Amino acid sequence: MKPAPFAYTRARTLKEAVTLLAKHKDDARLLAGGQSLIATLNMRLSAPELLIDINGIKGLDGIAKKGKFIEIGALARHAKVERSDIIAKHAPLIALAMPHIGHPAIRNRGTFGGSIAFADPAAELPACLLALGGEIDIAGPKGKRKVKADAFFKGLFETALRPQEMVTAVRVPAADKNTRVGFAELARRHGDYAIVGLAASARANGKGLTDIRLAFFGVGATPVRANKAETALAGGNIDAAIAALDLEPHDDVQATAKVKKHLAGVLLRRVANELMEARQ
Amino acid sequence: MSDRTLDISLNVNGERVRMHVDARKTLVDFLRDDLSLTGSHVGCEHGVCGACTVRVNGEIVRGCLMLAVQCDGAKVETIEGLSDSGEVADLQAAFEQRNALQCGYCTPGMLATAQDLLKRGGVPSRGEIREHISGNYCRCTGYHAIVDAVEAVAQARAKGR
Repeated sequence: MKPAPFAYTRARTLKEAVTLLAKHKDDARLLAGGQSLIATLNMRLSAPELLIDINGIKGLDGIAKKGKFIEIGALARHAKVERSDIIAKHAPLIALAMPHIGHPAIRNRGTFGGSIAFADPAAELPACLLALGGEIDIAGPKGKRKVKADAFFKGLFETALRPQEMVTAVRVPAADKNTRVGFAELARRHGDYAIVGLAASARANGKGLTDIRLAFFGVGATPVRANKAETALAGGNIDAAIAALDLEPHDDVQATAKVKKHLAGVLLRRVANELMEARQ
Repeated sequence: MSDRTLDISLNVNGERVRMHVDARKTLVDFLRDDLSLTGSHVGCEHGVCGACTVRVNGEIVRGCLMLAVQCDGAKVETIEGLSDSGEVADLQAAFEQRNALQCGYCTPGMLATAQDLLKRGGVPSRGEIREHISGNYCRCTGYHAIVDAVEAVAQARAKGR
């Protein structure tokens, strides 16, 4: 299908984008990479009156180490993040996840901030942000604010973003020698949305692991932490962690809830081994 | 300023193009309907099949997930351009020789994606080739012949250098 008619404008600055959003409210949508938005327009699942193209806003696509954090601009394209030395060195979980996001042609256009703001429950980056305890920078008509990843993903495609706000950057803690990460996902075709996926981070502490954060995706309305499994895994027992998996997935077009829950256990075993093996 | 139609100016296959287009027109529809460059195919129209793959500013993109108005000032290359310049001549010959196409619907996108991998240089593994073309559906070949063709060209180009 073809999109319903809409008007199009280019925002040159952050202020201009936010002002336009405030003026047009729910009738407008921001166009970043467009790799989800244009698909929904084509299918007429969405029919905004105005698209505000934010690709021309300068300074929103940087990747930088700032103190103990890595900051990724909202307009940084997946391909840029994937090739970034800073990400490879200081945000290894994100580096592991990048090749799983869509396909090369999709990664050339899709943006980091777009993926976070869209909050697809089967997407990789929201789960990575949750696993890393990241933070999201938001700009709106009342100025700027920050929201922790733990409080950002609220429901199915629903986030802490208010209608007139936009994501400007995300921040994750820079990895150090005690950081341990693991990532795995199952998809029917490489690059498709995951049936189930897992992004995990922990800290090595002597022979054990602490601060374990297991963020599953494709198993609920948002990326979800498996708290009981985290506690069990901190005790060093992978089988106990799998038995303690407190996920409640629903059936979807890809798999039944039962299959998803089984696969979540399979992924947990793989990722838990990664976290343990990397331990010195 | 915003409007439902806009003027755009871009370079398509080396030629300057100026056109007045609907804001809602996707890049692939613009190429096919307004410029009669029908080598780029329209398949799923939501970014899954890869039949509409073209190059914008040197990078492959989904022609159905980009608007024509977003290409104002851009350099766009379609299969017609890649073919006429000879850039993918060896890939085209290998596809034919190895039966890496049957109906041909996926072929322009497949060639653009394969060339995107091969222009990085070196000889990618079969796994890397499969991963790179994972976003391009082919319902005829079962992919083996396509991987064979891409691998053969990679090896031939490496020898030629």
